[in-house]
Amino acid sequence: DNVCSGELKFHYTVHTSLDVVEEKISGVGKALADQRELYLGLLYPTEDYKVYGYVTNSKVKFVIVVDSSNTSLRDNEIRSMFRKLHNSFTDVMCNPFYNPGDPIQSKAFDSIVSTMMVQAC
Amino acid sequence: MAAAQAGLPVRLESVAGELPLPVFVGITNELEMRYPNHPSTNESQPHILGSLTGSAPHPPADRPVLRHPDTSMDKQEAWSPPRSPGISPPCSPSAYRSYPYGAQRNGTDTLLAYDGKVPGRPSVPQENSSPSHYSLKLQSEQPVITRGASVERLVERAEIDYSDEPWRITEEQREYYTNQFRSLQPDLNALIMGTVAKNFFTKSKLPIPELSHIWELSDVDKDGALTFPEFCTAFHLIVARKNGYPLPETLPATLRPGFVEPGVVTVPPSEATEPLIVFDDNMMPGANQLEMGSVDLQMTSRPGVTAKQDRREESRKPEFSPKRIPDPHEKPIQRVSTLKPDSPQELDANMKSRTRPRSYSSTSMDDAMKKVEEPPTPPPRPQKTHSRASSLDLNKLFQQSGQGSRPSQHSLSAKSGWLPPPPALPPRPPATQIFSFLPSSEKSSQKAVQQPNFADFSKFREEQESSVRGGLSTEDLVPPKSDSTLRHQGHAPQKPVRRKLHPESQSATPPSATPYSAATLTKSTQRPPPKQKREIQMAIRKNRETNAVLTRLNSELQQQLKVVHRERVTLESQLELLRPVAST
Repeated sequence: DNVCSGELKFHYTVHTSLDVVEEKISGVGKALADQRELYLGLLYPTEDYKVYGYVTNSKVKFVIVVDSSNTSLRDNEIRSMFRKLHNSFTDVMCNPFYNPGDPIQSKAFDSIVSTMMVQAC
Repeated sequence: MAAAQAGLPVRLESVAGELPLPVFVGITNELEMRYPNHPSTNESQPHILGSLTGSAPHPPADRPVLRHPDTSMDKQEAWSPPRSPGISPPCSPSAYRSYPYGAQRNGTDTLLAYDGKVPGRPSVPQENSSPSHYSLKLQSEQPVITRGASVERLVERAEIDYSDEPWRITEEQREYYTNQFRSLQPDLNALIMGTVAKNFFTKSKLPIPELSHIWELSDVDKDGALTFPEFCTAFHLIVARKNGYPLPETLPATLRPGFVEPGVVTVPPSEATEPLIVFDDNMMPGANQLEMGSVDLQMTSRPGVTAKQDRREESRKPEFSPKRIPDPHEKPIQRVSTLKPDSPQELDANMKSRTRPRSYSSTSMDDAMKKVEEPPTPPPRPQKTHSRASSLDLNKLFQQSGQGSRPSQHSLSAKSGWLPPPPALPPRPPATQIFSFLPSSEKSSQKAVQQPNFADFSKFREEQESSVRGGLSTEDLVPPKSDSTLRHQGHAPQKPVRRKLHPESQSATPPSATPYSAATLTKSTQRPPPKQKREIQMAIRKNRETNAVLTRLNSELQQQLKVVHRERVTLESQLELLRPVAST
């Protein structure tokens, strides 16, 4: 229940952050191909967590939610995390058996994400 | 047998248990692998016998395994005799299995078509095993079936080679995969696009998530397309999965594109590959081994398709200089052997497929060679090593002085994915070539040896023929001489093509009956010339193919050029019309 509520909370957080992401990317007039554009930075902080956003060239959005108490995470680390995420996601995309939009069931992808999260902690 | 064929003696153990002689007959028959397995098995049997003892316990409980145990046990008994008995008993289970697949077989006939080429070969060795005939017939019946056969069928066929080491690709399997690859993409060095591969693998009726997982495992460079090694890996995984083996979480070492350890391979492979490749064409035992080594090496380092291409190209060039090859062979082989020791250890532990050749080469080859000679009917050397055992072959080659480490060579070629003339290639005068080879007892033995190894059908054809001849003349062939002789004799009558060889082989047989040692020596000496011839022939064939392809390309481009010219003329005329207007 705590877990469920926690997950729900995260889902809610991510959904609301999507609005911020949209706002950011729609506001940028120039080409979004720039790496800087891809990384949206801190979307908005709350009392419990910080939300970082990243959008790919194909408008696929990555959202990372980190605990606010984890202040050791630097911006560069977040960027590298997004880069890894992007690379793993690209690998998943390369699989012809993967239909965009499906939940990703790639074990390699999951392992990379898990490793990344462990490192962040 | 299959295992033996595919793997090196080391793997033989696994092979014995795994390799389905019966598989060949029944299900595997569909696959070319079956046949190659047979031939190789026959050859390798002697080798295997030595090493098989261990393998008997291997056979997994899986159905394919059932056959293996029989096979392995048979193998252990005797090279030639076990083969048949091994084959026959397993045949029943395999035959049983094959029946269900039989339907598919038809589909696989296309596969067989490729196999058909091989059947020539397999039939020879298969003589021993009635079941093998049976599979051969299947194959021969549908000589040219469209590769389009559903992947399913392919998978089923591929079952044959499933032995204890499901993660090792046997030679037959490799040939099979090669044929399939060619059906999708004629150029072995090129990539198969993701969508193409997806459609192809979807035919295997595996669930999409599993296919997705297989893709993840096999597409190591993550480019959304499959190179030939990647394709083999993926196909092999599919086959394994169809046979009931659970998908691994990570790619087994033996299935990695670079057979050889990544570290080891990089440098030597380039060199080794070239010489190896040449040999493949030439079918020189040394070459094959080298190729295998190089292939493996390359695979690991896997510069991607490029490496393979380089190898292939190189192999093509050197083909005509068989003499050259021997030297490079030695070097690459040695290198390979050194490399192999590392890889074999690791690989042996894991999987058979590609790495197998490597492992065999360094240490197994020596052992294999010894075993080959020791057993009463040691299978022709090349066979022992299962074409895959490139490393072994190489060593053997050198030791035997080019005896016929064909099997290893074959495997090399198979592994490197660089198959000598595709099976589709019209059987160039392989027969004729073979005849020429026949004169030299070595050739026949070599061929016999080579047969199992050669993934190429072209080679098979030659080999088959040669094997027929060689079988009889087995003098060259290593210990399996007696076996090969028997086999060849048996094969000879079966295959009409071989008939020509038969007389030769038959005559050769008596001489082959001579002690192996003597034969080997003679073979080694005699072999080089036949090998060279063969190499040259292979090279010629390859070049012809290349020429055909280039000619086609040329004509197409010329047509396009004409079209463009016409357009240009039109535009110019329009411009002319407009100019006066503009000026005014």
